[in-house]
Formats: sequence, C-alpha cells, structure tokens
Amino acid sequence: MTRRILAGAGVFAAAAIAFAFLLLPIVAIFARVSPGTLVAQLSHPVVTDALVLSLKTSAIAQTLVLLLGTPAAYLLATRRFPGRSVAVVLVELPLVLPPAVAGIGLIATFGRLGLLGGTLDALGVRLGLTQAAVVIAVAYVASPLYVRQAIAAFEAVDADLVAASRTLGAGRVRTFFRVVLPLARRGLAAGEALSFARGLGEFGATIMFAGSLQGVTQTLPVAIYQEFNVQPDGFTTALAMSALLVVVSGALLVTLRLILQWQPSRPTSRFLFATSR
Amino acid sequence: MATLQADFTLPLRDFALELALDLSGTVALVGPSGAGKTSVLRVVAGLADPRRGHVALDGERWLDTERGLSLPPERRRVGLVFQDYALFPHLSVRANVAFGAGGRDVGPLLERFRIGHLAAAHPQELSGGERQRVALARALARDPAVLLLDEPLAALDAHTKTEVRHELAELLRELGLPALLVTHDYEDAAALADEVGVLVEGRLRQFGPPAELVARPRDAFVASFTGANLLRGRARRGDGALTAIRLESGDDLYSADEAEGEVGVVVYPWEVSVARTHTPDTDSALNVVRGQVGSLVEVANRVRVRVGPVTAEVTAASAARLDLADGGIAYATFKATGTRLVPL
Repeated sequence: MTRRILAGAGVFAAAAIAFAFLLLPIVAIFARVSPGTLVAQLSHPVVTDALVLSLKTSAIAQTLVLLLGTPAAYLLATRRFPGRSVAVVLVELPLVLPPAVAGIGLIATFGRLGLLGGTLDALGVRLGLTQAAVVIAVAYVASPLYVRQAIAAFEAVDADLVAASRTLGAGRVRTFFRVVLPLARRGLAAGEALSFARGLGEFGATIMFAGSLQGVTQTLPVAIYQEFNVQPDGFTTALAMSALLVVVSGALLVTLRLILQWQPSRPTSRFLFATSR
Repeated sequence: MATLQADFTLPLRDFALELALDLSGTVALVGPSGAGKTSVLRVVAGLADPRRGHVALDGERWLDTERGLSLPPERRRVGLVFQDYALFPHLSVRANVAFGAGGRDVGPLLERFRIGHLAAAHPQELSGGERQRVALARALARDPAVLLLDEPLAALDAHTKTEVRHELAELLRELGLPALLVTHDYEDAAALADEVGVLVEGRLRQFGPPAELVARPRDAFVASFTGANLLRGRARRGDGALTAIRLESGDDLYSADEAEGEVGVVVYPWEVSVARTHTPDTDSALNVVRGQVGSLVEVANRVRVRVGPVTAEVTAASAARLDLADGGIAYATFKATGTRLVPL
C-alpha cells in the first residue's frame, strides 16, 4: 500500500519536474523585466530592423518553399522511379543536420570559393552578407519540414479519386487543382506552419552563411545573440525580442494545432500525417 | 449501337492478362478476386498501359501500341463507376455529378437518379444505394460512349442489392451504350448482362450468353462458378446410351453426356428434388443421393438446402412441408438428362 502511494508520488514528482523544466525558461523571459519595459524595448531600432528583416526573408523563403517544394513533393509522392526512396531520405537530411553543418555546407556551395562560387561570380552575383543569403539559409533549413509533410499529404490522397477525375475528362493539371490540392490542403498547411516556425527561428546557418549585419542580414534570432553577446546593455533588448518570438511561435503552434485538430464535417483522409514511405 | 473492340496483353504481378473482346450491349466479366477483372476496365479507360494491344470504339482509336498511340483517360469517352464509387469527398453531390459535365445543367440527371434532394449533401452523408446512384449519374454526366462498371453491386447490403440490380438492368437497357461490368457474383452477371465471360488468372475460360454457360459449362471451374454442384467421379460407358459415374462416396450416378475417366458431375440446385422417402419404381429421376440434411439458406423466396454432398433449391413451402429445418435423412434426386459431365 505504502509502496503504491510512493510510486504514485514519484511519477507525479517526475512529471512536475519535467513540466517545470520545459516551462520555466519561457516564464523567465517574461518575469525578468516588467511588461512595460519589454514593450518599450520593441521600438528599439535593432529590434524593428530585425523584425522587418525576419518577416521579409521568411516570406520570400516560404514562397520559394511552396513554389518549388509542392511540385517536388507531388512528384515524390506519386511517381515510382528507381532511387525514389533514397531521394525521400535525402530531402529529409537537412532536418537532422546540425545548423552549423548546414552553414558550412551553404558556404562551401554558394560562397566565393564554393562549388557554385565561380559561376555566381561570373554572373555578377554576390551572396555573402546579403538578404539573399538569409533567404537561402532559411529555405534550406526549413523546406524539408514542408516537403516531408506534403509528400505524406499527397500520398494520402486516394489514387481512385485521381483516376476518377481523369476519366471524367479532367487532365493532369485540372485534376491536381480540383481534386488533389483540396484533399491535401490540411497536410500542406500543417507542413507550411512547421516550416515557417522553423525558418523564423533559424540561427546557426544564417549567422555562418549570411553574417550579422543590422538591417541586412540580422534576423531576430541573430539579433538576440548579438545583443546578448556583444552589446554591454543588450540583455533587456534580447529579452524583448525573445518574448516577441515566444509569442509568434506560440501563435504558430496554436495555428498548427487548430489545423490538425479541426474536424471538418467531411474528413478528407485519416492518414494525412502518415510518414512518407 | 457502337462497338468497343479491345484486344491486349497486360502483365500483372502473377500472370499476364490477355483478352480479346468485342463489346456491344452489356457484357459482364466474372471471376474470382485477383483474376484481373478490374485491370480490364483500367486498360479500356486508359488508367493502365498494356504492353501490347488495341482499344477502339468503332473507328476511334484509343490505344494502338504498334503506333505508340495511347489516349489519356480524359480523352477516352468512358464512364467508369468505381467499386467503392470514388466520389469526391470534398464536393457536394451536385458538384460531384457536375465535375465532368462541362458546364451543362445536371439538374435533370439528379432528378432522373432520384438524388435531387441530396444535391447539397456530401458523399459521407449518403447511404450505399444513394452513393451508387451519384456515381452512375456522375459517370453519365460526361456523356460517355462506353460505360464501365467495377463491382457495381458489391458495396451494397443484401437488402438493397436486389432492388438496385433491377434498376441497373433497366438503366443499362435504356442507355443503349456498350457496357462492360465486372463482378465476382455470377447471379449479378446473369441478371445484368447479355453475355458473360468467365475470367480466371487473366484468361477467358468461357464466353457466351448466361443461359449457355449454365447449359454447357466448358469446365469444372465455370460450372461451380455459375452455381452448380460439382461432384468428382470416374466415368465409364454404361448400359445403353447412358454414362455411369462412380462417385468417391461409392454411389453411382448416370448422365446422358458421354465421357470416360475422371470427370466432374455438374447439376444445378434447381434441378434437384428433395424427398424424405424414395421409391425407385415411381420416380423417373435416375440419380439418387441419400444424405444428411445440412445447412438451410434462404435465397429470396427459395431455400437452398444441402443433402449430403448436393445442394438443392426448393421453395420455402416445400422446405416447411418436409421439415428440412429439423435435419435428418433425405433423398436428393435429379434426372440423368440434367446431369452434365465436364473435364476436371
């Protein structure tokens, strides 16, 4: 009896510790200084510059992810070709790659002495320390989350529905927009939300590949590091930006939950989030 | 009526599907699952690419592998009704039917299929019979020249099935389109089609009007598939014009067909009479099987009853009069002229 009570208490304590461990750092961001100070810090030029840059580069990067990632995912989901499973794994590789490795990889590819450096140079394109470099870093790190989810969403669309659309006179393109896309949209939206969240928080690859130039390549996460590490009195500013990112990330998480849990009166597929084969 | 010609070879996983078919009127392909029935429809519709073959509707070529021609599904004028109907879950009944209608008003079509009151509903809200009508209306809305039906009755419960089968038979007659349907149920095929092909492992075993398949099944598979009793035995030329067959059980049966050696004895349930007693002198039926009365299954207004190794079909009234539900011993009798012999 006593043993059972002890065991119960032990489990409860472990859960409480885990929960506190996950939550305390977030609480600490808001508890350290008054809300008024946090809000006041948000008008700091470093903060506004970083916020605008983060939103702008994220928007461009996510547009690219959607435009290039959607067809790629559809191809991987619907076509059977040799090496397909290898391709699916390779698409997911950047997900597990340490950000520093991603940064080095991007430098080795697009840097002045990189694989494509000579070609870019000849074309007169200089990526180093530009917004384009930020966009590349964000897209590189964030796109696998979208593509992976999109593959699963496309695979979950019943092949018979696609076939039915074709026999009803719709060509491939019309079938894609009238049948496949509406049925996969929840999975695509969830993938895009994840990808956006990941891209917004991108730090390692960005600071290595694009650097930290206020107003040019200094995104919110980079600015937080810069303020904390370099500026003598930057901690409060770093806290304010962190609080801002907590709020944005929280909102994204809630959005994602809503997309996933939203039970339409007509469920499109129960296997929307199956992992891709 | 237009004629659809199909002649092709399509490699499947375990065998190659090989078929040559001239289709006008309603043709049913029957066979066990995995025989390649659905693949036939997919080839005609352009959803599967055969290695070799031709598909043409009158003069219109849809597939000609020699010329490297294969029209995509959207350019073949087929109406394909999928086995579980494949209705678009994100579209209303009206939008489903209008999908291939090219902007034409589908109102009359909805009324014709008695789904007008369901126009705003989504497929998930419909019963099996209603879904089937939506699927048919959708397939016809694109104005097809050929109708393809994949197990049109399989997804329905036994209760709705009889009624829907009747409606479907009527519809097929009215449409006057070449129609190809596949089913694993011979009764459905016989009720719906002018001609029936038995497909086993990608090949046609027999093709002909339903009555002919029953009257002259070419082999044991066709016989048992069309619902006949199949008993194994050894045939030898007997006295007079009859062939005597010694069954594995030791009983002797007689047939007017000629055969020697191992044969299958084929007799249809409706040709078998059941009695509690048997007096050879007063019965013209030469074949008698004495056995334990087994399971009773009601089929519409009839009862299928097992007597030893033989299934007989009797009226519900007869079954009651003979107390067949009580089991016991009974005699199944059938005429030598109704007893067919097929190679095993």
